[in-house]
Amino acid sequence: MELIVSDVAVARGGIPVLEGVNLSVSSGTALVLRGPNGIGKTTLLRTLAGLQPPLQGTVTLPPEGIAYAAHADGLKATLTVTENLHFWASVNGQGGVEEAITRMNLADLRDRRAANLSAGQKRRLGLARLLVSGRAIWLLDEPTVSLDAASVALFAGVVREHLVRGGAAVMATHIDLGIPEAEVLDLSAFRANRHIPAGHGFDEAFA
Amino acid sequence: MSIWEYANPKKFSETAARILPVVAPLSALTLLVGLIWGFFFTPDDYKQGATVKIIYLHVPSAMMAINAWGMMLVTSLVWLIRRHHVSALAARAAAPIGLAFTLIALVTGALWGQPMWGTWWAWDPRLTSFLILALFYLGYIALWQAVENPDTAADLTSVLCIVGSVFALLSRYAVNFWNQGLHQGASLSLDKEENVSDVFWLPLLVCIAGFILLFVSLVLLRTVTEIRLRRLAVIEARERVE
Amino acid sequence: MIALLVRDLRLAIRAGGGFGLGLAFFLLVAVLVPLGVGPEGGLLAKIAPGILWVGALLACLLSLDRIFALDFEDGSLDLLATAPIPLEGVVAIKALAHWLVTGLPLTLAAPLLGVLLNLPLTGHGWLVLSLFLGTPALSVIGAFGAALTVGLKRGGLLLSLLVLPLYVPTLIFGAEVVKRGAAGLSVEAPLLLMSAITLGSAAALPFAAAAALRINLR
Repeated sequence: MELIVSDVAVARGGIPVLEGVNLSVSSGTALVLRGPNGIGKTTLLRTLAGLQPPLQGTVTLPPEGIAYAAHADGLKATLTVTENLHFWASVNGQGGVEEAITRMNLADLRDRRAANLSAGQKRRLGLARLLVSGRAIWLLDEPTVSLDAASVALFAGVVREHLVRGGAAVMATHIDLGIPEAEVLDLSAFRANRHIPAGHGFDEAFA
Repeated sequence: MSIWEYANPKKFSETAARILPVVAPLSALTLLVGLIWGFFFTPDDYKQGATVKIIYLHVPSAMMAINAWGMMLVTSLVWLIRRHHVSALAARAAAPIGLAFTLIALVTGALWGQPMWGTWWAWDPRLTSFLILALFYLGYIALWQAVENPDTAADLTSVLCIVGSVFALLSRYAVNFWNQGLHQGASLSLDKEENVSDVFWLPLLVCIAGFILLFVSLVLLRTVTEIRLRRLAVIEARERVE
Repeated sequence: MIALLVRDLRLAIRAGGGFGLGLAFFLLVAVLVPLGVGPEGGLLAKIAPGILWVGALLACLLSLDRIFALDFEDGSLDLLATAPIPLEGVVAIKALAHWLVTGLPLTLAAPLLGVLLNLPLTGHGWLVLSLFLGTPALSVIGAFGAALTVGLKRGGLLLSLLVLPLYVPTLIFGAEVVKRGAAGLSVEAPLLLMSAITLGSAAALPFAAAAALRINLR
């Protein structure tokens, strides 16, 4: 079970942002992506998730291996906490909803509609979805936005447990999560050199 | 030397710049000859009188209205399969021309219909299908304009063009089923025996050739414009980044 | 897949809009047309098949943009695209859910409106049957249009412009079934052709729609 990225270039809005990215994540390891705003963290994560094709290079993934958590949590305001989780659990063919609710400290909120949750509570529910995804590699885009210190610690604990169980995680984040075993990768080193065409970017023929 | 060399925007533009000065005047000349011959040097029809002469505009534009969509379908497929930008841009360039031909066919049809059938508009199957074809063109053009990212737009419009082609054909048959119509049968066919008589046929052929040349020159011209626009956008994007 | 269907239905019921709006719109059309063309029964009976079909089609159109737009906005579509369900299946299920909350209620309500429009009694059975077999095509074609326009800010109007021409064959055959049925003629040909369009759309368009979604999610 390994995620291997070799010589990948990604573009946002037709402009190459990162190139020559090499990284690999295997069972039990976590990788934290760092870099200033706009460097392409989200774009890279979306590429790893298979939502957009890389400009060049290859991403090797175990089949159905990734769970992606974006800025948006994918929650339905009119469904309760339990219903939201049950939906994602059954889409992924998994159980464990009760356990996920307890682990993310949502037990008191289980019958509340997502519309009536605070931003931090929504975030916790969004992250609880990872636990019912049954996927080994978590791709997390700013997972701790709107979480308080206690929740960040709670979430860090969940990630570490996932690693111990043989999972892996790639996280884009600015804060120190408190996961000492995580490696840090600064994406600034891969900033695309925009003076030189990136190879077969679509617009190259027109330049 | 493969045909795909022309998929390079630069090569395409250079070639277009060489062909256009020949094709454009040729199309003007052919149209002029065909229309003058048709309008002034053919006899009136014994039944339809002088009104029959609108055939020299009506039939070629109707043919090209359909052929333009066919060309868009082919270039859309080429874009989806081979990812040549020029192909997608050519489809984009052809759409307004196809729409214009469709409208010309509709308007000349109405002008012809008034003295012949006593009405400007009838829900005749052919007229109706051309009206529907115009709607397909409108939707296609609107989708191109609504999507900002040019490659996304090219992909989406290509998918629409393929699905639209199937539904346009279905509509044609549905409309035939719905109303048998007033429209006369086809004026042209490859079988010479079935054609309108030679006196009308020859100038009509010249006009059709003229319309085809006109279509080719307009598509070349507009495709080159689209290539330049795209190039401009790339240069601007670069400058913003630097 | 079933979970997705259940969720979409539950959302439609909780949000309220789904059933209600489409049906109310359909009713309004059936009320406004007689007010516009006059109360003469013979005329109404003659145009009833067309009015009912056009009304059903427009009512269906009202809720199309919600098929994917809501899931796109809250990020669910990204998550569904990375989930183990094929995106083609997602499209098919969402089209089915759309049909269950719009097409099916419209079909069931249609005979009532047929009475308002003086549709001859012999036509009612054919009206229900033609809507039952034809409205699924409207939902699937609509899902394709919604997939094309999902990322756009002002997608609603464009969606109508794209989808309505695609509705032409279904509309023609559907209304023809009712017209012929009401007149006591054989309806076999249009009924079979319309069903063929429904089956063909249901089989092929989820693939085109999923392709459009993938393009829009990039």
